[in-house]
Amino acid sequence: MRANLRQYAAALRLLLVMTVLLGVVYPLAVTAVAQVPGLKAKADGSLVHNAPGALLGSSLIGQSYVDKHGNPLVQYFQSRPSAAGAGYDPTASSASNLGPESIVDVLPDPKVKGDTGKQSLLTLVCSRSKAIGALEKVDGMRPFCTPSGVGAVLAVFHQGPGYAGAVTRAVSVNEACPATPFLSTYEGAAVECGKPGEDYSKGQIVPVHGSFAGTPAVPADAVTASASGLDPEISPAYAALQVARVAAARGTPVVAVRALVQAHTAGRDLGFIGEPRVNVLALNMDLDKRYPYRTR
Amino acid sequence: MSASTLAGVAFAASIAVAVMAAYRPLGDYMARIFTSTHHTRIEKAVYKTVGIDPDADQTWGTYLRSVLAFSGVSVLALYGLLRVQSHLGHPYAVPAMGPSQSFNTAVSFVTNTNWQSYSGESALGYTAQAVGLAVQNFLSAAVGIAVAIALVRGFQRSRTERLGNFWVDLVRCTLRLLLPLSFLIAVVFVAAGEIQNLHAYRSATGLAGGSQTIPGGPVASQEAIKQLGTNGGGFFNANSAHPFENPTVWTNWIAIFLEIVIPFSLCRTFGKMVGDKRQGLAIAAVMGLLLVTTTGLLVGAQLAHHGTVPTAIGSASEGVETRFGVPDSSVFASTTTATSTGAVNSFHDSYTSLGGAVTLFNMMLGEVAPGGTGSGLYGMLVLAVLSVFIAGLMVGRTPEYLGKKIGRREVTFASLYILATPAIVLIGTAVAMALPGERASMLNSGAHGMSEVLYAFTSAGNNNGSAFAGISVNTTWYNTALGLAMMLGRFLPMVFVLGLAGSLARQHPVPASDGTLPTHRLLFIGFLTGVTVIVVALTYFPALALGPLAEGLH
Repeated sequence: MRANLRQYAAALRLLLVMTVLLGVVYPLAVTAVAQVPGLKAKADGSLVHNAPGALLGSSLIGQSYVDKHGNPLVQYFQSRPSAAGAGYDPTASSASNLGPESIVDVLPDPKVKGDTGKQSLLTLVCSRSKAIGALEKVDGMRPFCTPSGVGAVLAVFHQGPGYAGAVTRAVSVNEACPATPFLSTYEGAAVECGKPGEDYSKGQIVPVHGSFAGTPAVPADAVTASASGLDPEISPAYAALQVARVAAARGTPVVAVRALVQAHTAGRDLGFIGEPRVNVLALNMDLDKRYPYRTR
Repeated sequence: MSASTLAGVAFAASIAVAVMAAYRPLGDYMARIFTSTHHTRIEKAVYKTVGIDPDADQTWGTYLRSVLAFSGVSVLALYGLLRVQSHLGHPYAVPAMGPSQSFNTAVSFVTNTNWQSYSGESALGYTAQAVGLAVQNFLSAAVGIAVAIALVRGFQRSRTERLGNFWVDLVRCTLRLLLPLSFLIAVVFVAAGEIQNLHAYRSATGLAGGSQTIPGGPVASQEAIKQLGTNGGGFFNANSAHPFENPTVWTNWIAIFLEIVIPFSLCRTFGKMVGDKRQGLAIAAVMGLLLVTTTGLLVGAQLAHHGTVPTAIGSASEGVETRFGVPDSSVFASTTTATSTGAVNSFHDSYTSLGGAVTLFNMMLGEVAPGGTGSGLYGMLVLAVLSVFIAGLMVGRTPEYLGKKIGRREVTFASLYILATPAIVLIGTAVAMALPGERASMLNSGAHGMSEVLYAFTSAGNNNGSAFAGISVNTTWYNTALGLAMMLGRFLPMVFVLGLAGSLARQHPVPASDGTLPTHRLLFIGFLTGVTVIVVALTYFPALALGPLAEGLH
């Protein structure tokens, strides 16, 4: 018993000694080294200021370029969708965590005031793609999306058990009534619109690929949330898509904006580490400096 | 192959080459640490302050009691620190942490799991992070290595009850290995852009006029040991995806390298200590074979982006950072689940079904390919003991491994070791799925929801700490249940490992004969790989079939 107690006392004393060494001396020593010029700016968060000296943010952390209503500001390159808080909130870094078969929405109930329902990942992707397509004046269509910009998903009811037999009923679960469903009939049954609150779990959930083939005009990173929700960068493809719109908004030749994007594009390190990328804040700041935006 | 795929292959290959280059010098250095008779001046001072006799050799029972005493005291101290952290004075307001979450977090960091049911940037102050969590990042890694070294001494020594001194192993591992390396890495990380300050959070007005709060903190110093010690508990909620925690494509490379370099090099330490380096190389080869295979499968599954939403997107880019891209993120996902790290630079919940299944499978291997610091080596050695036993049964000879007979006592310990973690994982998952309130914590429904719960218990029971993060686990039930799973999943296996070590050390060595199975040849490497995969497949196949396989194959 006494030997045991001695062991616990030794454990506690060792923990204290180690805590001083590893928990106080070590982080402070690293912090001290980080005060060296060259390291200090980075250790402080790679902060960026505007010309009068006010803090704009960090070059490592992405920002939203939207107006009060959440609509994209046309004069700026847009960042990726973000699941961090209300969007690009560094106090709530997060991914969406929605899975690859998250395809059925919870439709908002019109009887409940302010109910927004819950959108599936598929509908989020489809609606973003449609909105970006409209903004950039390209086709926002993708596979498994309806022209209305939600996931093209049916609940299919069969005559027999085990999803066997003739189809008796089909419901487009993500298109709330009174919408016209993306398909008029499915295997002989008329397709209905979805009614909020109705239970379709007895039906077989069937995503419908549709006729879309080839590569969507809106790139993948533009329609997906990043891992941190603070992604400072976009793909060169998404930047290229936005060039015409930004150039038009600023009354600048497209070639000039394209050249600026090129200048802010980083390739893979050593040719094989990471992916090509464009830092959105750096690009937008440079744009403001060279081609200031004037509201017309 | 696309440019992205080719770059991904080169990325993984370059890390493999770097680990191979470090294998020998780092492994030999660690062997010197644990066999040297010399105490440095600082170490002597530590032993004197603490009141430990550094030259006392411990029996397996005493070694185990020291491990448990130290870990127990650590859990209590960390729990206390988390409970009072809101009163410790911070440059910003820090909320109090409740009892069940404090218990969960304390156990999580002491067991090298680093499961996080909180969000670092809003729930913790700098004191709790640096003085509490980062300290356990060092110590839990060192405890794992110490236990592995004790098992190696069981093979190395004969006719003795003594396995070395836990306190000395712990102190040396920390002061001679983890601390100096972490310091160097932390400085490199600062140079890359990871933050290292004690500032208050700053408010900024963005270019478009929106407001943003820029966090601070001693991140680089914590990040270095988080990766090196296969801990994985992020300073921020987004973990290694956060631009302040993993800012560049090359810090991502370093982070992956750090996760696997100690677990692999410990095989060399093992070979050197038992006096036959080929034995270490054989174990490392099995780990490497499994890791390369699962990494290939995972990267392949993510690039093929099978499934409804990935097809609609045209890529598995949901929950992936632009700078890392899909291939490098998948390599990280593979090494973090194959070691006990559990850090994430992309979010596994949004992975393709089959990609998600590979991350689960990696953890279900019991974290042996290459596993956590120390825990990977002792896990693989237990599987080697089992393999030798099975091979012995096949040819009808008394099995032996490294000159030690594998008798009833040894096989009993090995079997208990192998049964402990699956029992915790499967019982925990079953109970959670049976309770309606706990089922409701799933973010996704159906098979994917089942995967979320299975992933949580697999991650906790195997001390990984990564998550299918959609599930809401900050409830009293999950905090307690997963806390218990982490505790049992860490310490039960350690009991059996040290028991096995004690029983091996006691034996007289048997000279190798014609009937001895050579355990450094290709035949054994293949056999051990097979046993590892079959044990896991038999144990977990039904659960996998209900979750990711049902989702991916429907």
